Amino acid sequence: MKAAVVVFPGSNCDRDLAVAFRNAGADVEMVWHKDTDLPAGIDMVGVPGGFSFGDYLRCGAIAANSPICKAVKSHAERGGYVFGVCNGFQVLTETGILPGALLRNAGLKYICKTVGLKVETSQSAFTEGYNAGDVVDIPIAHHDGNYFTDDATLSALEADDRIAFRYTFNPNGSLHDIAGILSENRRVLGMMPHPERAADPGHGGTDGQALFRAVVGQLTSA
Amino acid sequence: MKATVHVMLKNGVLDPQGEAVRHALGALGFDGVNGVRQGKVIELDLADGTSEADVTAMCERLLANTVIESYRVEMP
Repeated sequence: MKAAVVVFPGSNCDRDLAVAFRNAGADVEMVWHKDTDLPAGIDMVGVPGGFSFGDYLRCGAIAANSPICKAVKSHAERGGYVFGVCNGFQVLTETGILPGALLRNAGLKYICKTVGLKVETSQSAFTEGYNAGDVVDIPIAHHDGNYFTDDATLSALEADDRIAFRYTFNPNGSLHDIAGILSENRRVLGMMPHPERAADPGHGGTDGQALFRAVVGQLTSA
Repeated sequence: MKATVHVMLKNGVLDPQGEAVRHALGALGFDGVNGVRQGKVIELDLADGTSEADVTAMCERLLANTVIESYRVEMP
C-alpha cells in the first residue's frame, strides 16, 4: 500500500503522519505543494496538520488552492482515499472535498490537550478497527476546530452515518460535537484530533494506532 | 485602480471574536452595545479594466469561504 503525505510551507505534522503510516506497514512518499501530480500508484493521500501558509486569510485556504490540491481533488473524485488531520481537515473543507468549515474555537483559545472521542461508526476503512461506541483518547491542538455547516448538510451527515468521531466533551463549540467526518463514499476522512500523536507507546497513548492499521490493512489486502 | 472587499461571517454563524469585543466594550463601561460582528477588509490594487465580475470571481474562489462568509465588493 502506497501513501503520499503532502507538505505545505508551515506543515508541522507531516513527518508524524508519515511515521504513523509507515509503522502500520505503508510505503510513504512525501509530496511538495508545488507538485502538480501525485506519484503513480498512490492509494492514500495524507494531508497533515500544521499551519500551512501561516493560516493567512483563513486556515487552509491558500493550501487548498495549491497545485497539489488539484491532484488530491481528482484523486478523491476517482474514489481514492484521503485522510486530513487538523489543518489537513481545514484544507479538505476549503477544497470542497468535505463539506462545511472550521470556525474559530468558541472559547477563542488555542487548545492543546488529550480529549475523549467517541467512535460513531465502524463502517469505514479508517474506523473499522474500532467498535462504534468506543471512547478513545486522542490529542487535539487547534485554534479553529469549531465545525460548522448548514442544517441540510448536518442532517445528511447524521442520516448517512458520516460522522466518524464526536467529542465526549465539546472543547470548541463544534456543531453536534463533531470531531471528524467522512465523505459520501466513506473514503475521505477529515478530523481535527491527531491520531498520529497517539500511535506509539512513546506518545503516552496508542489509541490512534488502530486507525492507521485498519486503513493500511484494508488497502493492502485490496 | 483600487477595489475593496468586505468579508463578514454570515448572519447565523456564531462570531466568538465579535462577542468577545462586545463583552470588552461592556467592561469598559460602554453600555448599549447590543452586538458586534468582526470581519475583514481586503484592498486590491488592480490593473485598469479589471471588471467587478473578476473581483467577484476572486471572492468566490479564494477571498471568502461562502460556506460561512458573505462578501461585498466596492469598486470606484
